[in-house]
Amino acid sequence: MDIAINTGNSRYQVDKNGYYGRFGGAYIPEMLYPNVQELQSQYLSILSDPTFQQDFEALLRDYVGRPSPLYFAKRLSEKYKAKIYLKREDLNHTGAHKVNNTIGQILLAQRLGKRRIIAETGAGQHGVATATVCALMGMECVVYMGSIDIERQAPNVARMKMLGATVVPATSGSKTLKDATNEAIRDWINNPVNTHYILGTAAGPHPYPDMVARFQSVISEEIKKQLLEKTGSENPDYVLACIGGGSNAAGAYFHYLDREEVKLVAVEAGGKGVHSGFSAATTQLGTIGIIHASKTLLMQTNDGQIVEPHSISAGLDYPGIGPMHAHLYESGRAQFLSATDDEALAAAYELSLLEGIIPAMESAHALAKLKDLPLNTDDVVVVCLSGRGDKDLDTYIRHMNK
Amino acid sequence: MQNRIDQLFAVKRHNVLNIYCTAGFPELNDTLPVMTALQQYGADLIELGMPFSDPLADGPVIQDSSTKALQNGMSLHKLFEQLTSFRDRIQVPVILMGYFNPVLTYGVEAFCAKCAEVGIDGIIVPDLPMAEYENEYRPVFEKYNLHLIFLVTPETSEERIRKIDSLSKGFIYAVSSSSTTGKDKDMKDQQAYFERLKQLQLKNPVLIGFGIKDKATFEAASAYANGAIIGTAFIRAIEHSKNIDETVKTFISGITQ
Repeated sequence: MDIAINTGNSRYQVDKNGYYGRFGGAYIPEMLYPNVQELQSQYLSILSDPTFQQDFEALLRDYVGRPSPLYFAKRLSEKYKAKIYLKREDLNHTGAHKVNNTIGQILLAQRLGKRRIIAETGAGQHGVATATVCALMGMECVVYMGSIDIERQAPNVARMKMLGATVVPATSGSKTLKDATNEAIRDWINNPVNTHYILGTAAGPHPYPDMVARFQSVISEEIKKQLLEKTGSENPDYVLACIGGGSNAAGAYFHYLDREEVKLVAVEAGGKGVHSGFSAATTQLGTIGIIHASKTLLMQTNDGQIVEPHSISAGLDYPGIGPMHAHLYESGRAQFLSATDDEALAAAYELSLLEGIIPAMESAHALAKLKDLPLNTDDVVVVCLSGRGDKDLDTYIRHMNK
Repeated sequence: MQNRIDQLFAVKRHNVLNIYCTAGFPELNDTLPVMTALQQYGADLIELGMPFSDPLADGPVIQDSSTKALQNGMSLHKLFEQLTSFRDRIQVPVILMGYFNPVLTYGVEAFCAKCAEVGIDGIIVPDLPMAEYENEYRPVFEKYNLHLIFLVTPETSEERIRKIDSLSKGFIYAVSSSSTTGKDKDMKDQQAYFERLKQLQLKNPVLIGFGIKDKATFEAASAYANGAIIGTAFIRAIEHSKNIDETVKTFISGITQ
């Protein structure tokens, strides 16, 4: 479970200026400069410190329950006529991949001497994972969450509160993940000295996209080993992951980025249809711009106003994607597809009935595209099952009789 | 022609009053009436906010004014339309303040060209960092004689302040505390920082902003710098104004008299 440190001269990793191709950077107001500069100058040395790595590995093993299983989904494989493996991030403590990153960042925050933690959350998974590690380390925790998401993800709000976090509703703009992120950044501006911002996805100003990807890279590190054991090769034919900001995809792709024989597939939230006006399919609807201090692809008007996306899944309801993914898209290294709300719902039901696993709404988007891949019976497909569906039961129940 | 900001500081070194207002606020066509009144009643500089959907560095009052302006139909194209012949009646320097995304989408060079065409003197883009400006955009701004005005904060190191001073033209915008706009902080706590800035003897004039809201705070800030910037308090004042001219007159005389 090493954190990837030396990535060499990858075409797909961050460069020394914090860019992936023409995407990335740190478009921050001067008020954030000392904080971001501190992170930029220290994150690599902290991550490569052996005691840091020991602490990180021990917590992932004993607290999170890693390695997460790589499960051969027999009935799903029969249905799609390929060898389908599920990377079971849903079995992690707190129910999703998000905790890999929050464990890493809380250890980093400790080493930076920070006493107060802030975070944004959409579906509440990152908020819960942050509240969890703050409780574990005895740190103050404030989570910003869009007021609309607070309504649609009530169980996660209750969990955060039980874990001792303060949940602050974001009531500006579209009242979802984008606005929660704005509020977290504003909090950081107002509390520049004692606070660390645990950003939950592979987006935001450099070094966040790279730092989050490195913490999440444990996913593909494990896939390599597990696949070697099970199939005799580290490489699958496909790695399939859903993408909002892109943290689980970044982790699932990480060690395969330069193995061009492994096909990387990203599934965005198509909402009610890519061209319905209610979608979050950023690569299809977006253009280059700045969102949350990163130059990347985002959904915006002709006047440069960021638009409000739509997805049934709060975790994918984001009008941008991380800069690494924008570069993977533009360079053609990853193939980007989208799944509609209805396709994702159908896939969630299918996995529940075929494998006895209720996936998170987000992960169901990735599963929904199995039907669209040109699969051969010998193809090995790894789907990153990023989270479990407990938090989405209300949504699932509402659609049960449709 | 010499930049109007430089002309201003060539003749006025003390108590320079810069007022911020959001374009298209409170009503879409209030932009010019507000600017006209600001000049008439004694603002030395006007900072005109280009509304953005996601204004990261702003507190709730300016955020709300931005949202309202967008709902009113304000856009960069609309703003330049409103500003087409504003130089017929307004002579004070005018600075556009806004976030980088709309400028990038408009096209940085097209934006600069349009600013020069209508008579804008300076630009504040809080989320365009110094390094990006230096590496990529500086020649374009300079080509059109637009001063890019940078911010410094209490956390900015002396080395960096010097660097910002060397890259800046027009003036330096000293954020009075580490905060978003509109936060109330005790001016006394900031005196050490203001004193430090004053001791640096920067080549550019310095205006202090964030938390300046009335005569007392304006004068306190002006004691350490060439003047100050008022934003949130002015937006509050005109938010529900029935008579823009009267409101602006009352507000400014409350500061300067």
